[in-house]
Amino acid sequence: MAKRLTYLRPRVAPHGSTFPDAAGALSLILLLTLCLTWVPALAQPGTIRVCPDCGVSSLREAIALATAHDTLLIGAGTYRESEIAIDKPLTLIAEGRAVIDGEKKGEVITIEADSVTIDGLEVRNVGVSYTRDNAAIRVVNSRAFTIRNVVMEGLFFGIYLEKSREGLVEDNTIRGEAEEEFNSGNGIQLWYCKDVVVTGNIVKRVRDGIYLEFSDRILIENNTSADNIRYGLHFMFSNDDQYRNNRFENNGAGVAVMFSKHIEMHSNTFRKNWGTASFGLLLKEINDAEITGNTFEENTVGISIEGSNRIAYRGNVFANNGWAIKVRGACYANTFSGNDFLHNAFDVSYNSNVNDNVFRGNFWSDYAGYDLDRDGRGDVPYRPVKLFSYIVNRTPETIVLLRSLFMDLIDFSEKVSPVFTPDNLVDPYPKMKRNL
Amino acid sequence: MFKILKYSFYDLMRSRWSYVYFIFYLALGFMLLFLNNDLSKAVITLMNVIIVLVPLIATIFGVMYFYNSREFTQLLLAQPLKRTQIFLGQYFGVAGSLCLSLVLGLGIPFVFYGLFKSSAIWDFGLLLVTGGFLTLIFTALSFNIALSNANKIKGFGYAVLLWLFLAVIYDGLFLLSLILFEAYPLDNFSLAGTLLNPIDLSRTLILLKLDISALLGYTGAVFKQFFGTEAGLLISLGVLLLWTGLPIWWLTRQARRKDF
Repeated sequence: MAKRLTYLRPRVAPHGSTFPDAAGALSLILLLTLCLTWVPALAQPGTIRVCPDCGVSSLREAIALATAHDTLLIGAGTYRESEIAIDKPLTLIAEGRAVIDGEKKGEVITIEADSVTIDGLEVRNVGVSYTRDNAAIRVVNSRAFTIRNVVMEGLFFGIYLEKSREGLVEDNTIRGEAEEEFNSGNGIQLWYCKDVVVTGNIVKRVRDGIYLEFSDRILIENNTSADNIRYGLHFMFSNDDQYRNNRFENNGAGVAVMFSKHIEMHSNTFRKNWGTASFGLLLKEINDAEITGNTFEENTVGISIEGSNRIAYRGNVFANNGWAIKVRGACYANTFSGNDFLHNAFDVSYNSNVNDNVFRGNFWSDYAGYDLDRDGRGDVPYRPVKLFSYIVNRTPETIVLLRSLFMDLIDFSEKVSPVFTPDNLVDPYPKMKRNL
Repeated sequence: MFKILKYSFYDLMRSRWSYVYFIFYLALGFMLLFLNNDLSKAVITLMNVIIVLVPLIATIFGVMYFYNSREFTQLLLAQPLKRTQIFLGQYFGVAGSLCLSLVLGLGIPFVFYGLFKSSAIWDFGLLLVTGGFLTLIFTALSFNIALSNANKIKGFGYAVLLWLFLAVIYDGLFLLSLILFEAYPLDNFSLAGTLLNPIDLSRTLILLKLDISALLGYTGAVFKQFFGTEAGLLISLGVLLLWTGLPIWWLTRQARRKDF
């Protein structure tokens, strides 16, 4: 009986009710009065209150009781539940600190219906599995979902969006404890999704902070992805996506964009992706992208580019990286303009002496030319590829000669008269002052 | 020996050049720390200076001192003293005063800027230790050259050539051989090549201690595996000791046999 107490929609009898009409109405009125004296707030239509001491003390019960478009208010407390399936359009709102503890028993919440909103829950202890990608919250085949202000801890996968569209993932916090790649999951994963907005999330210590596979027209904005084992953000086979104003810090590697078209990358910060195989941004088989206004700071490699064509790099700042830009081959018709290269060990590295990319109007902190006509552009072209970086590309072991006097000498002589580095790889109009 | 060491040492302490050397390092240290207040960054810049300048100065200074004190040496030889003691005393006098200038010249500004509170203290310590070793090694080498060449010009020429070889030409040959044999696995070869040259060894030891070692990539990982272990560190210290010991031993041998 107590379970039905909270169910206060007058039109329809509760699930599988067998009350005769009159008796049902009577008992409802009776229970209503009872209820009102106990918990007055419950009297809203379409609202189910869940709390550890209430009549409905588990999410699963509440979902079973609810009808489409109801709101579930989840009171403060810990709910030890897993494999909760939301199969109708519902809004779940936490009131106070509502913790759902999956007790490491598999998936915690699975959304299988359209228009589901989850707001403010705390989900923890997702079961780790080597055969199933268990998630704290999984969205399957749904439209118009919203996941907001959710805190996730003790993770395998965090939010897993599967074949879903037109959703919003906003202001969530995901804190994993990942140690190894093989037994950890991703923070936010999008698989075959369209038109999803991922904004304001904080993702830490998982495998990939945000991972996109076969997902188009996704907007990723204002997120922080830090301390992840593999990538901060990872694109695979995803087209027409945008990511802006995100911060990628101290990840195994910052962002990997692979096999994707028409990606726009604006105003992101890539910091401290430092380690022998680390980079800020990896581009592999990327065409027609735009990379503007980003900051690359203290990465081993700022951008590593492979097989990527027709990309515009504008107004980025590369500061204190090992390599600012490492071009690994098969990169054509890219333009680098108006960027600032500040104090990188190597500004640009090339592994061939053919060049089809354009450098123009960048600021190079190593530039030692002059500007007699005072138009802000240096009169002497700048050659961003040092001989040493060319040699290191050819024979990686030669890096042991880093910072030796001999290398400084031959770099200087190559600068004066280039022999090995690509002839036309010059910035003809290097800026005298910083662009940004 | 200690008496001679003391004479040489005090002689040098009174001479202008130790002060110039001391003031040079003092100024360098203060300037570096003034320009970028970051201790660990200053250590990197300082490394570049130390691995080039310390050997050069030790070489030139050693040769110069030996030729200058030739008459004094001959006077000593006339006394009932052991030859090895005379030369070793002089050698340690020169090397000691150079080391002292280096340690004090660099140490004072760094201590002034809060070295003891900084995490860079071990890097800095390593820098001073390698700097000290380089001084000992190159002074010994220059003494050998000066002892075996009575002709001052020739002696100077050889000494500078030796510095040039170890500081520049060796790296050139090393690079050439790395490129020539690029088809073969080169990790152990590059390790050996680095161990054999004291300047390269010092540079690598310091680089691996710094953040910048991430740039070394795969080869760096191999290096780190070697130098990072205690055995690796002992081996590299052993090699540095060997580089110091061998020229000193040769010096004593030559000193005993040389006909003045």
